[in-house]
Amino acid sequence: MSTFLGMPVTAPSGVGNLRGDRTFPEAAHDALADGQLRRNLRHATTTIRGKSGRVIAELPDWQELRTAGSAIKASVLARLPELLEQLEERVVAAGGVVHWAADANEANAIVTDLVRATGSERVIKVKSMATQEIGLNEALEAAGIQPVETDLAELIVQLGEDKPSHILVPAIHRNRSEIREIFLRAMPGVDPGLTDDPPVLAAAARKYLRETFLSTRVAVSGANFAIAETGTLAVVESEGNGRMCLTLPDTLITVMGLEKVVPTWQDLEVFLQLLPRASTGERMNPYTTMWTGVTPGDGPQSFHLVLLDNGRSAVLADRAGRAALHCIRCSACLNVCPVYERTGGHAYGSVYPGPIGAVLSPQLTGVEDNASLPYASSLCGACFDACPVKIDIPSMLVHLRDKAPHSRMERAVMRAAAYTMNHPRLYARAQRAAKLARIAGRRGRGLPPPLSSWTTARDLPEPPEQTFRDWWARR
Amino acid sequence: MNSRELILGRVRAALRDEPVPAPVPREYRRSFPAADLELLVSRLIDYKAEVHRVGEDAVAATVSGIVGGTVVVPEGLPVSWRPAGALVDEDLAPDRIAAADAVLTAAAVAVAETGTIVLDASPDQGRRIISLLPDTHLIVLRPEQVVASVPEAVARLDPSRPLTWISGPSATSDIELNRVEGVHGPRHLHVLLLDRTAAG
Repeated sequence: MSTFLGMPVTAPSGVGNLRGDRTFPEAAHDALADGQLRRNLRHATTTIRGKSGRVIAELPDWQELRTAGSAIKASVLARLPELLEQLEERVVAAGGVVHWAADANEANAIVTDLVRATGSERVIKVKSMATQEIGLNEALEAAGIQPVETDLAELIVQLGEDKPSHILVPAIHRNRSEIREIFLRAMPGVDPGLTDDPPVLAAAARKYLRETFLSTRVAVSGANFAIAETGTLAVVESEGNGRMCLTLPDTLITVMGLEKVVPTWQDLEVFLQLLPRASTGERMNPYTTMWTGVTPGDGPQSFHLVLLDNGRSAVLADRAGRAALHCIRCSACLNVCPVYERTGGHAYGSVYPGPIGAVLSPQLTGVEDNASLPYASSLCGACFDACPVKIDIPSMLVHLRDKAPHSRMERAVMRAAAYTMNHPRLYARAQRAAKLARIAGRRGRGLPPPLSSWTTARDLPEPPEQTFRDWWARR
Repeated sequence: MNSRELILGRVRAALRDEPVPAPVPREYRRSFPAADLELLVSRLIDYKAEVHRVGEDAVAATVSGIVGGTVVVPEGLPVSWRPAGALVDEDLAPDRIAAADAVLTAAAVAVAETGTIVLDASPDQGRRIISLLPDTHLIVLRPEQVVASVPEAVARLDPSRPLTWISGPSATSDIELNRVEGVHGPRHLHVLLLDRTAAG
């Protein structure tokens, strides 16, 4: 094993969509002022929480499935090198080609070269977080290749020249009338009499994309699961755009994060029960496609799998943070998060918003580059309860807050506070001082400068009339 | 060093603490009673599929009663099921499949608990493209193909075949997170569930 060249590294900057232009508090400040956004988010997350809760309640063994899902993912990470080698061998044996991409730049170059080699100037895309993460669309456009997003929500985002704000439903921040306006403005050949009835909007997307599906020879997808034992890939979807992309073109290029591999075919029995119920709140999503390499006479006859690191090895290196790689991208944690419901996804700056984004993005980029995200949480714990693979997001947030850069003043004050709390006499004296300060005069619930910046967004508790220690001594 | 060696080296370095893969506790339900056909039917209807309980000898007539136009069928579909004038997929061009009104296939497995039907591209189900482009998909399902649960379906399927899991017609949850039927896949799904007595 090489020691230096093989050290885990974080995702490079200047490419892809893992870093925002502003800190979370700055971006959240604007988002909170948008009443329409908050209404849209409240409506959508309330709907999905209800649906998901009802179908999860139908399964008597939901907790046992979560436990199994979590254990499978932990075992995947522990055995990752051997599983990746096994997956590669099986995909190649079934007629596929496997590529390894150390980072976003390399993955974009591999995909661009593969598309160029086909001579096609357009690709159809199935919704994929990995390709959003690496900024593949921007790279393809720079190379003169047109990427067409075919998932309805991705299409809404692409036509609206907008950014995705949710893992499952990238256009969750748009309501039906806004979607109608985007279609009327940007969808070529759209019926000017378009209404905002959701089935009418869906039918408009069907009509618009049909010819593109039938005439485009290259597709790019992500993957929900890749089975090491068999070399099988699985894409879970709803609309049939996934089936179109995975079935009709001559060439299929799948970009997949390293951590998506699962050991055995049987393991799918766990994830196919967890994912749809946690994600869209359905017993099963309308369509799932599974394929192994190339099948003569059926589907793409050229299949490429691109395995992507882009910071994942750096996440894996942190024992207290690596479980973020268990994520199956269901977005249940977003839908239950009181912070996400109010700020929406754009405030997080990364393609991975919400609680999972707050732990995954800083680890992929290095915590210095997303230092405000571990604080984008009230630590209420709803995300942990909702996670179908039991990722302890709150503990990970605390761990990352500790790793994030802190000012010298803050570190000094915290060290002094810790020292005081470790020494009973000092602590009793500090309590008396706090009480005296209260008698001496109220100055709101903040601290005096230079500590005031710490209390601009935090209330200090009122010191009690009598401390427990005083009461105990006089008892 | 190539990227493959670089990445595998990084991953091995990241695992220097040598985490031990714990055995997976599979305490979730793994044995199930016989599949409940009534549950399957109610789940299918809940996801907006239409269900027809028919004898095997009534398949062709039922199909003709549902769709008037061209019906694509895979080469291996039982001849007695085919409606009059069925268009057999002998490497049909995509345009011709897309222009058809419906497609009629068999199935590999169905899951009662989730209302899911799986196609595995066997000769009586055909290439994946034929069940994708027409606006109406009719599936003939034998009762012995129905299992109660997802784990039983996974165990019955062969991962080396291309698999399509279908739960209701094409749908989306992308507008305000509510399910709306009818996007790119078939907008109408009919399931012809054969009678037990007639299945022999």
